[in-house]
Amino acid sequence: MATLQLHNITKRFGDTEVIKGIDLEVNDREFVVFVGPSGCGKSTLMRMIAGLESATDGDILIDGQRINDVGPADRGLAMVFQSYALYPHMTVEGNMGFSMRLAGVPKEERRAKVLEAAKILQLEPLLDRKPKALSGGQRQRVAIGRAIVRNPSIFLFDEPLSNLDAALRVQMRIELARLHDELDATMIYVTHDQIEAMTMADKIVVLHDGVVEQVGSPMALYHHPCNRFVAGFIGSPKMNFLQVTMTGVTPDGVAIRLPGGGERSVPVDGQHLAPNAALELGVRPEHLVLDEQGPLSGQIKVLERLGGQTSLYVQMDDELITIMADGDVAYRVNDTVHFGFAPERAHLFDTDGLALPSLEQHPLAGLTRQDNRAPGSPSEEPA
Amino acid sequence: MTTLSSKTAAPRSVSGWRSPQAKRAFLTILGWSVALVIFFPIFWMILTGFKTESAAIADPTLIFSPTLESYQEVQERSGYARFALNSVAVAFGSTFLALLIAIPSAYAMAFLPTKRTKGTLLWMLSTKMLPSVGVLVPIYLIFRDVGLLDTRTGLIIVYTLMNLPIVVWMLYTFFKDMPKDILEAGRMDGASTLQEVMFLLLPLTLPGIASTGLLSVILSWNEAFWSLNLTTSNAAPLTAYIASFSSPEGLFWAKLSAASTMAIAPILILGWMTQKQMVRGLTFGAVK
Repeated sequence: MATLQLHNITKRFGDTEVIKGIDLEVNDREFVVFVGPSGCGKSTLMRMIAGLESATDGDILIDGQRINDVGPADRGLAMVFQSYALYPHMTVEGNMGFSMRLAGVPKEERRAKVLEAAKILQLEPLLDRKPKALSGGQRQRVAIGRAIVRNPSIFLFDEPLSNLDAALRVQMRIELARLHDELDATMIYVTHDQIEAMTMADKIVVLHDGVVEQVGSPMALYHHPCNRFVAGFIGSPKMNFLQVTMTGVTPDGVAIRLPGGGERSVPVDGQHLAPNAALELGVRPEHLVLDEQGPLSGQIKVLERLGGQTSLYVQMDDELITIMADGDVAYRVNDTVHFGFAPERAHLFDTDGLALPSLEQHPLAGLTRQDNRAPGSPSEEPA
Repeated sequence: MTTLSSKTAAPRSVSGWRSPQAKRAFLTILGWSVALVIFFPIFWMILTGFKTESAAIADPTLIFSPTLESYQEVQERSGYARFALNSVAVAFGSTFLALLIAIPSAYAMAFLPTKRTKGTLLWMLSTKMLPSVGVLVPIYLIFRDVGLLDTRTGLIIVYTLMNLPIVVWMLYTFFKDMPKDILEAGRMDGASTLQEVMFLLLPLTLPGIASTGLLSVILSWNEAFWSLNLTTSNAAPLTAYIASFSSPEGLFWAKLSAASTMAIAPILILGWMTQKQMVRGLTFGAVK
């Protein structure tokens, strides 16, 4: 049982404010991912939770207790570092048992606990090795093992997969998700990789310039980004943006004129808009469809065939638009294509970059990773 | 064979003086020459130690019948062991004390730097540029008044102060190379600052600490200015021992050489044995 609350956390280094008043709630057993571009303050925020950095202002509460003045080791947390930060002069067993050694735990008990964690992570055959003799993935597992033996109330992961190659990263991602189910612990995970965020999180916290842009489930962020930044950051390839003009507001949505002259009505709430407001239309590459009758058109500049899918980069006035199309499309570079989109999949942003709220919630927007499990699976809460 | 050599020479067909082999041979010869020039006086001193006094002042020659006469006379005249013991006590004592003070200082400067850390380091090093003679009189008077003249404690204090800037500076650079994450991981694991230093920092920077300590031992061992001015007999180390042979009775080259050889032998052997460690420590940051 562990919850974490942040109340108006700020952090200043000299005159630079890197965290500008963050409020956040992390529930028990939740997998929360802090995501954002580099320099957004996500690592600093995690280090403040860990106690490696002090908060300039605000309160950090674990299970309702204010812990700002509690030392890192006494907060009941464990952290996995980006560089793994294994102790190079100790064996795997020494690394994993170091915290217990410091706490004066007898050797047998220490060994038993290390073995238990090693079993979960399949590290048993490696216990006598030094970190130097391990592969990247193995080191990563030792770092996680070191966290597990501390039996923390909250796990902190600071970009733990960024030093691994692509294949291993996918494997570790799955392993971490499995570990979360197995340990039933609260986990906070920092990454700049939105795929890691999307695949592992129950709740994503998008950070930008020291402020929280949006908090929500991966599907909520994908289908209902609250502003242009989140819309552009979540989803890969990036969302396309087009300048459009509003032509009218109806109860069914906002009518807009597209660059090519076509008109569409997007089902969002535009009651507060001034007439003829300049708006920005956002459509994800996977939601643009090739269509001879489509209202938009442009010339293909680059064509990337991935097999199952083809990415088309289409020049439209000054914008390069990305379209994810079927793997078998017969187009070539310099061909002109026509395309369109389903209005309910489109987003509109006002001049401040704020999204106009959708009139209808996407059916999966409330879904968390937990909901993907079939009822009755082992780690399901008893009713 | 022909294919092999043509293969290696293929990228650039240079031969003669500009070929890599010739360059390497030239550098090797140059290196050896410089080393010989530097080593020659020491070599000559060792040779002279094995000559008789008359042979020592005769025309220089490499061919002579070696004798241990000078060594025997030197031994009889003055207790080498007493001076050597002083040297050992003072060199290792001051090094131990310097490390004891420098490790916490370097830790603070490397891991908890303030705006003035860089300035402090530079200032410390700048004190090394001050001529020792400049502070001889005040230190002599203070030592006289507190009764530290001609004591090992006095020399240890002076040597510690003398080497402290270099020791702190070196340790600072080694500590700075230590990944901060590892210490932070230790802190998350519940290590106090002392445990952090004992269990993580010291074992991981041991090569650096060892080479720093060795350098400090060597500098203290070879120091002559303070030992000659602050000691007379009780605490006199080997440098004073050597100097005692170039005194009133005139110069006795063979005995002086024998005494010098005996004075530098221990530190030379120590340096030789720890060569690998020293080089590794001194280039620690560069070739990680």
